[in-house]
Amino acid sequence: MKDGFHGWTKLNALSELGIGKMAVIEALDLPDEVGHHLMHMGIVPEARIVVIRRAPAGDPTVYYIDGFEIALRRETARSIRVRTVEEDL
Amino acid sequence: MSDCCTTDTIDIKVEPRIPGKIRTVALIGPPNSGKSTLFNRLTGLRQKVANYPGVTVEQHFGKLSGIGRGDLVLIDLPGIYSLDSYSEDARVAVDVLHGDMPGTPAPDAVLLVLDSLHLRRQLTLAAPVLSLGLPTLLLLNMSDLMESRGGEVNTLALAQELGVPVAKISASRGTGLDSITHFLDRKSEVVQPRSTSKLELPVVGNARSYRQWATGISTRTKYKAPLSSEWTRKLDRVLLHRIAGPLLFLAVVISVFQVVFSIGQPLSNTFGDFLNSAGARIGTFLGNGWFESLLIDGIWKGVASVLVFLPQILLLFLFIGVLEDSGYLARAALIADRVMRSIGLNGKAFIPLLSAYACAVPAIMATRTIENKRDRFATILVAPFMTCSARLPIYLLMIAAFIPNKPIIGEFFGLRAAVMLSLYLLGFLAALGTARLLKSSILKAASAPFILELPQYRLPTLRSLGLRVVDRGKVFLKQAGTIILCVTVVLWILSHVPFHSTLPESFIGHVGQWIEPVIRPLGFNWKIGIGLLSSIIAREVIVGTLGTLYGADPATQSLSLQAALRHDLTLGGAMALVVFFAFAMQCTSTLAIVRRETNSWRWPALQFAYMSVLAYLGALATNQLITHLF
Repeated sequence: MKDGFHGWTKLNALSELGIGKMAVIEALDLPDEVGHHLMHMGIVPEARIVVIRRAPAGDPTVYYIDGFEIALRRETARSIRVRTVEEDL
Repeated sequence: MSDCCTTDTIDIKVEPRIPGKIRTVALIGPPNSGKSTLFNRLTGLRQKVANYPGVTVEQHFGKLSGIGRGDLVLIDLPGIYSLDSYSEDARVAVDVLHGDMPGTPAPDAVLLVLDSLHLRRQLTLAAPVLSLGLPTLLLLNMSDLMESRGGEVNTLALAQELGVPVAKISASRGTGLDSITHFLDRKSEVVQPRSTSKLELPVVGNARSYRQWATGISTRTKYKAPLSSEWTRKLDRVLLHRIAGPLLFLAVVISVFQVVFSIGQPLSNTFGDFLNSAGARIGTFLGNGWFESLLIDGIWKGVASVLVFLPQILLLFLFIGVLEDSGYLARAALIADRVMRSIGLNGKAFIPLLSAYACAVPAIMATRTIENKRDRFATILVAPFMTCSARLPIYLLMIAAFIPNKPIIGEFFGLRAAVMLSLYLLGFLAALGTARLLKSSILKAASAPFILELPQYRLPTLRSLGLRVVDRGKVFLKQAGTIILCVTVVLWILSHVPFHSTLPESFIGHVGQWIEPVIRPLGFNWKIGIGLLSSIIAREVIVGTLGTLYGADPATQSLSLQAALRHDLTLGGAMALVVFFAFAMQCTSTLAIVRRETNSWRWPALQFAYMSVLAYLGALATNQLITHLF
C-alpha cells in the first residue's frame, strides 16, 4: 500500500515496535472493559504513539501518547493494531 | 458488641436544602490532576474519610474552611478519566453527582480540576461533567508549571467555549484559590441552573467523539501544550535503567526497612513503655478492685498492645506517601511487575506486600492504588502472611529457648539465624502459594490488564505528606480501635469469670484446657492453648500471657520464661508454635482493616478460617516431623 504523503505504511501490533519508533493507532482488539479504559486514557484510533523504553525486566513497555507516559504489558500491546509511518528520506 | 463495631459509613450532615442555595460542592478530576492536593488545601485538617455504602470506594469530605467557607461541605470524588461506568469509581462519581448516593447530599455545584499540562487529554472529562447542568467552575491546575514550560491557553475563550467560568490555579502553591471563593459567593446566593442547550457536547459514551471534541476545543482556545519535563525523562533514564534501575530500587527498599526497623522499632518500644507506665500510674489511683483490673489489665493493656505499632505504621504511611507523591511508586510497580506477574499479581502489589513485612495494616490500606479489584483483593488476602514485626517477640523467645546457637557458616550465620530466616521464607512461600491458589480459583480474572500511568516526578510537599499520615492514622485508630476495644473487653471478661478466679480457672482457662485434646497433636499444652486464645487480639500478646501462666504455676515459678518453656514443651511443640504463628491470623487490627477495605465481613472471615486451618496443619506437620526425626 502506497501512501502518497508519508511513504510506506504497514500494519503491525504495538508490541512489535522498537524503542523510539512512532506509529498511529488503528484499532484496539480488546474486550470492551479494557478497551474503554485505554481509550479514555487517550489510546484511541488515529492517536500517535511513541515507544519510550522497556522496563528493566524487558516488559512492560513505556509509551508516550498525547503528552503523557503509560506502561502496558506485551500481552495488552499485542492486541493494539498500529500503522507504522516510515518517512521517506 | 455490635453497637461499638458498626460500619464506618457516615451520613454527611448539611443544613436542610434550600432551593437555589449552595450547601454541598463536589470536587471532580482525573487521576494525577492534583485533585487531592487541592482537596487538602481547601479543607485543611477538617476532613473526614469513610467508605461509600456497598462499595470499596473511599469517601472524603470536609468543610471548605481552607478558604473561609466552613458553612459549605466539599465532597471529593474518586479520580476518574470519564463518567462511563466501566469502573466502580466512576459509578460512585455518577451516583454522587446525580444525588443517588444514599447518605450523601446531591451537590449544588461542581469544581472540575484538570491538569493544565495535559489539558487536551483531560478535557474529555469536562464533556460528561458539563452535561450534568450543575453550576461548574473549571480549575486549570499546575498552570504556573504550564506557563514556565512555555504552555499557553486562552482562559476567556475556554470559558466561552464551555459556558462555565475558568480559573488558573496551583493547588500545591495555593495560588488562584480566590477564584473559588468568588465563584461560590456569587453562586451561593441564587443558583441558576446552567443551560446546556447552547453547548455542543459529544456523543455520550463514545471515547473517540470525546477526543475530537476536546481536540477541537483546545485548538480553538489556542492551547499550547508545555514541553514535557526534562527532569522526568532524565531521571527515568537512570531510575529505569536496565542495571542501575533495579539496583536503585533495591537500595530504596533496603533503606525503607532500615529506617522502619532502626527508628520505628525503638520508637515503638519507647511508646510501649510509656503506655505501660502510664497505665500502672493510673491504676494506682483506682485502687485494686475489678474496675481497675478491667480498665488497666483489660482495656488499657489490650489497646496498648495494638497502639505500640502506631509509630511503625505511621512511618510506613509516610514512606508510601513519599513514594507515591514523588512519582516513584509507579516506577517501582513497573520494575516489579515481571516478578509479581509470575505469582499472579501485578507490579502495584509489590510495595504494599513489602510494607507487610513491618505491618499488614498499612500494607492493606496501600492496596488502593491497585485498580483491578481481583488483584487488589488477592493482595489484601496474602499480605498477612508476610512476617510482620508482631511475630518477632514469639519467634525470638522460642528460638532463644530451644535452638542452640551453633555456627553454620562461620560466626555470622548460626543455627538460630537459619531458623529465623526459614520462618521468613515460610511466610513468603505461604503468600506465594495462596496468591496462586486465589488467582486460579475464586479471584480468577479473564482479562486483567495492567495499565500504569507514569506521572511526572514531583517533590512531595510536607503539607500533603503530613495530612496523609494523619488521615491514614485516624482511619487505623478508628477502625482497629473500636473493634479492639470490643475484643479486649470480651477477653478480659472471659479471663475473669467466675470472679476471683486465676487465669487457669477462668472461662478462657477452661476453654484452653478443653481444647487441649485438639492441640495436643501439635505438641501444645493447655497453657499454649490459653496463649493462642488471648493472642487473637495481637500476636505479641502470647508472650505476656505465657509469662503470667508460667509465673503463677508452682512447678515453673522459680524458672525464667525460657527455662519454663523448655521444662514444659518438646522441641517439636516449640517449633510447631512458631510455624503456627507464621500462618495464623492472630491480629484483630488486620481483620478490622480488611473488613473496611473489602467492605464486607466475608473476606476477613474467609481469611481467618483459611489461615487458621493452614496454621493448624503446618504446626501438626512440624511437630510430627521433628518428633519422628529427633
